[in-house]
Amino acid sequence: MNGPFQFRIDGVEVAATPGQTIMEAADAAGIYIPRLCDVEGLRHQGGCRVCTVKVGGKAAGRSVSACTQPAEPGLEVENDTEARNRVRRDLVEMLFHEGNHLCPICEKSGNCELQAMACRLDMTAATRFPYLEPCRDLDASHPDIALDTNRCISCGRCIRASQDVDAKGVFGYVGRGIHRRVAVNGADLAHTDAALADHAMSVCPVGCIIRKGEGFATPIGARHFDHGLIGHEIEGRAGEDLARKDGRK
Amino acid sequence: MSETRLIEISPVTRVEGHGKVTIHLDANNQVDEARLHIVEFRGFERFIRGRLLWEVPVIVQRLCGICPVSHHLAAAKAMDQIVGVDVLPPTAEKMRRLMHYGQVMQSHVLHFFHLSAPDLLFGFGAPAERRNIFEVIRENPELGLRAVLMRKFGQEIIEATAGKKIHGTGAIPGGINRNLDIATRDRLLGQVDQMLDWAQDALAIARNYVQDHSAMVADFGTFPSTHMALVREGDGALDLYHGRMRALNCAGAPIFDMLDYCDYHKVLVEDVRSWSYMKFPFIKELGPENGWYRVGPLARMNTASFIDTPLANAAHGALRAFSGGMNHSTLANHWARMIEVVHCVEKIRELLHDPDLQGTDLVAKGERRFEGIGVIEAPRGNLIHHYKVDEHDQVTFCNLIVSTTHNNEGMNRAVKDVAVKHLSGQPKITEGMLNHVEVAIRAYDPCLSCATHALGQMPLQVEIYDADARLIDRAGQCL
Repeated sequence: MNGPFQFRIDGVEVAATPGQTIMEAADAAGIYIPRLCDVEGLRHQGGCRVCTVKVGGKAAGRSVSACTQPAEPGLEVENDTEARNRVRRDLVEMLFHEGNHLCPICEKSGNCELQAMACRLDMTAATRFPYLEPCRDLDASHPDIALDTNRCISCGRCIRASQDVDAKGVFGYVGRGIHRRVAVNGADLAHTDAALADHAMSVCPVGCIIRKGEGFATPIGARHFDHGLIGHEIEGRAGEDLARKDGRK
Repeated sequence: MSETRLIEISPVTRVEGHGKVTIHLDANNQVDEARLHIVEFRGFERFIRGRLLWEVPVIVQRLCGICPVSHHLAAAKAMDQIVGVDVLPPTAEKMRRLMHYGQVMQSHVLHFFHLSAPDLLFGFGAPAERRNIFEVIRENPELGLRAVLMRKFGQEIIEATAGKKIHGTGAIPGGINRNLDIATRDRLLGQVDQMLDWAQDALAIARNYVQDHSAMVADFGTFPSTHMALVREGDGALDLYHGRMRALNCAGAPIFDMLDYCDYHKVLVEDVRSWSYMKFPFIKELGPENGWYRVGPLARMNTASFIDTPLANAAHGALRAFSGGMNHSTLANHWARMIEVVHCVEKIRELLHDPDLQGTDLVAKGERRFEGIGVIEAPRGNLIHHYKVDEHDQVTFCNLIVSTTHNNEGMNRAVKDVAVKHLSGQPKITEGMLNHVEVAIRAYDPCLSCATHALGQMPLQVEIYDADARLIDRAGQCL
């Protein structure tokens, strides 16, 4: 199989090329599959499981992470369904339950992918799981960057960015299971070679990695998710394609 | 059983926050002691430690849902100093002022119409079921509609400057994060003249009430005291956003004047008492017995040399003429409050015509410092925010003295004054009698959640104890 092929997401025909993941093909087709750990420019991880889709039909299907699962000819993918989104909402609720996510006072509010995902998935009330309320210190030792791991969702974006793009290894996982956390390669951030210009400092989906001094400089109304639900840019591509086709007609 | 009694009003209603009143009656049914207790604890001063300096204006405004802008701006002013900015760009200063005038206006309107008007219109002893905003609307739909629309206008000013009607993010260290777009300005300008007309009507209601009930007002929580507020540097005009501290004694003589508010700790001390989570500030040189003072709209009318907007200034003159100088009547706060509503709307109109609001120079920068103090005249009075920040931008110290805390002793004295006059010698204490005590508290428009920097609800209680400190009666309401 060397050439382009077709598969279906929620009954819609999607074109793909060999080697593309389900998510990559969906993105190109203007179909949004929710995700938190995956971001353009970094290798796929399949860690957060928010992108979980069902493949192989409703009865005998299996759940896979769309960011890592290759697309296959004729594949039937279940994505934007009540069942899939309920699972995603559970996962997002558990992320809120694990950390200290105080949106009303967080400078990332309005630009935060976790908050935006909760909004998209209709998480309209506080999580029903008991808050763990971990007690984590804020590391403000670095002159340009602060690290508030109370907000970390262990997506690993900073780890991959630091290792693969910045070639530094500032961040890494420590611990196992529920105790696994992102940590820095030094006594604190000031004792690493982290720099504000590092790619790792721009990929955090939440308010964990803070660029000092920016704070609330972006007014309400001009923040990224003030303009639309998370994923609206990807979904907009479908509209653009239609418009282009209409234009050709 | 002892023949003495303890009455508890718990919770106090139609105030912001949660408090109760206890009234001790002796064997002859004479009031022996009456106290306003603040029974909540919040601890903002502690848990703000360790947070980053630019988060502070957004975090501390969560002290309150009524006057968050005041905390937002007081904290931002303190953070201006910490980022080394003493003079803001004109657009930033004027946007903040606009936000503040909108805030004071909506808060005052809320208090006057929604919280106090039922007492003033129907009488302090009117049936409890009548003393609420819905009855005001039923009795006078036009007045009720105005109350809603005036508050809405103030909230829209806040939204235009802070991004949200409640808990926005406009003020940032060194400036502001937005200017005012033309379309929003024009929309607000289209309403402002109507608002000014209504504000003057509200002022007339408050003024007439005090003048028409002058004998009662003079005998209801009226007692001499020091009054303290910010006034404009140089000429002593009313200035709600910025200025210098002025304290006048009961005769109007200055105790301190044109004091740099960064030196507040040199003149003010906070006392604590075992029965309340709210502190008792006093002027250091006068001591705790004589150094207590009042703040708020009436204190501002007493301390301001004049008001720099014509309609409010004329009203200020009328109040001063009526009072013959300093006014010490608790209920005169309503008159003073409506003068400030007129002043705020005049200021809003003036600012909306100012092209600086469309400027693009929004933030100034300076040399980093490690301590900042921001003081502002909040709706309920003087508000002090004091912070220290370390070299990592983390807060290491926070001290807040909020308006209701300044007024703690004054409110307690008003409670006792009214309790003595209306409850002493009464064999049966009625709900209407207890409401008189609440009316005195309400006149200060206390925000008890702000005052304790804490979480919780706000209604008020009254308790009666016997001479052996046993609770023998309790009355309360939670409307």
